Amino acid sequence: MDLFRRSFLTLGLLAALGAASSPVRAEPASIVVASTTSTEQSGLFKHILPLFKAKSGIEVKVVALGTGQALDAARRGDADVVLVHDRPAEEKFVAEGFAKARQDVMYNDFVVIGPKADPAGIKGGSVEEAFRKLAAAKAPFVSRGDRSGTHSAELRSWKEAGVDLASARGDWYRDVGQGMGPALNTASALGAYILADRGTWLSFKNRGDLTILVEGDARLFNPYGVMLVNPDKHPTVKVKEGQAFIDWLVSPEGQAAIADYKIGGEQLFFPSAKKG
Amino acid sequence: MSQTFQETFSRLWTLDRDVLAIAWLSLRVSLTAVGIGLLLGIPLGALIAVARFPGRGVVVGLLNAFMGLPPVIVGLVLYLLLSRSGPFGALGLLFTPSAMVAAQALLATPLVAALTRQVIADAEAHLGEQLRSLRLSAPRRAGVLIYDARFSLVTAALAAFGRAISEIGAVLVVGGNIDGHTRTMTTAISLETQKGDLSLALALGAVLMALVLAVNAAAAILRGHAVRAYG
Repeated sequence: MDLFRRSFLTLGLLAALGAASSPVRAEPASIVVASTTSTEQSGLFKHILPLFKAKSGIEVKVVALGTGQALDAARRGDADVVLVHDRPAEEKFVAEGFAKARQDVMYNDFVVIGPKADPAGIKGGSVEEAFRKLAAAKAPFVSRGDRSGTHSAELRSWKEAGVDLASARGDWYRDVGQGMGPALNTASALGAYILADRGTWLSFKNRGDLTILVEGDARLFNPYGVMLVNPDKHPTVKVKEGQAFIDWLVSPEGQAAIADYKIGGEQLFFPSAKKG
Repeated sequence: MSQTFQETFSRLWTLDRDVLAIAWLSLRVSLTAVGIGLLLGIPLGALIAVARFPGRGVVVGLLNAFMGLPPVIVGLVLYLLLSRSGPFGALGLLFTPSAMVAAQALLATPLVAALTRQVIADAEAHLGEQLRSLRLSAPRRAGVLIYDARFSLVTAALAAFGRAISEIGAVLVVGGNIDGHTRTMTTAISLETQKGDLSLALALGAVLMALVLAVNAAAAILRGHAVRAYG
């Protein structure tokens, strides 16, 4: 047998082994959590998941999507637990019977980001005022446009500011259809305004000339909820492990782990589970 | 800009075990997919090259068009098939490395088949007369021609590997970019870009390029040896 054929066979054999070994290897108990880009990209999961694994032995596999997509993946039965931040969408998810209950976990807040020069003059004002001025000035604005929790919050903000996006939008309004990070990259490159969650902003490194212009408004409150996918809808849901994860998240230990996560000394998420 | 590149180089030295694990997963997934692509694509391409049947021109055209199959479409279709609500949901393959292998194999197979068909058709043009005089069946002719053109087919394997290891659309959708499980070089680069950590993204890109170069160099050396010894 010649060298070429031998090496080909070896390659094939290796390939077969590789394919066979991945599903067969005894894996520890694991669950799939559909969550948002903000929790993943802010680094929160990298901080809390090892703690949960050490305690329970359960591996948590996070698929980071926009809130809308994450809920859809759970509706199809492709996740055991969802951790997202769009209260009305979460309540709809429960009402449809895809989850039996929704629990508060934590919150952070949204911030309005823009160029330091602030040509639209929104710095320090309220959200309502800011969005009204942005539309009036037709200042470049980057929208997530991806049905994420942040996108929902942005759309609510226009509405509350009395801006009818359908008629007001034009060249100044850039709908990028991507996650928080890419949207911030775009805003940074364009010197545009953008609504962002504080967590992703704090961990974002390519800020360029951008800075926080509006923060602390009660309307910018951004609560996260967690839900176990209803096993009656999808029998494959890992109820025991999924519930263990939720129980841990809302336990004093899990809540402390969330509060502990800081970037540059700044806390990103604030625990909000009801004391049971 | 130059600061980003400087940071990139300094970070190349400090890449940790995470990155090695990601690189290894990328390599494992893509090599497995290419292995499957070769096993399916070479016989398929060779058979299409030597067989004569009605509608062959259409099949060849389709095969060539499938070389341009968009990865994200392959990912999406596979996602719907493997989803718990899809026909193969019971297998529980979504968001696993196996799903990523399947996606890349779907991309690699038509590419290998189309390139093989071309190589074998050319080889047949040279040897056709003799082969036909032997009155061999189409599969036997295909077998002889594959053996004859074996060194040229390495290029098909490398092209398939290049397509597999560099694509992101399919692995992102069916793998889910799960940290420590289905995060590959391309999805990791994309994630770091999204986080605005451009220097780390570039450093990962350099690692990916090195990986591709190493595989190509290994193939070239192997081919060189084989040609010298048995060509």
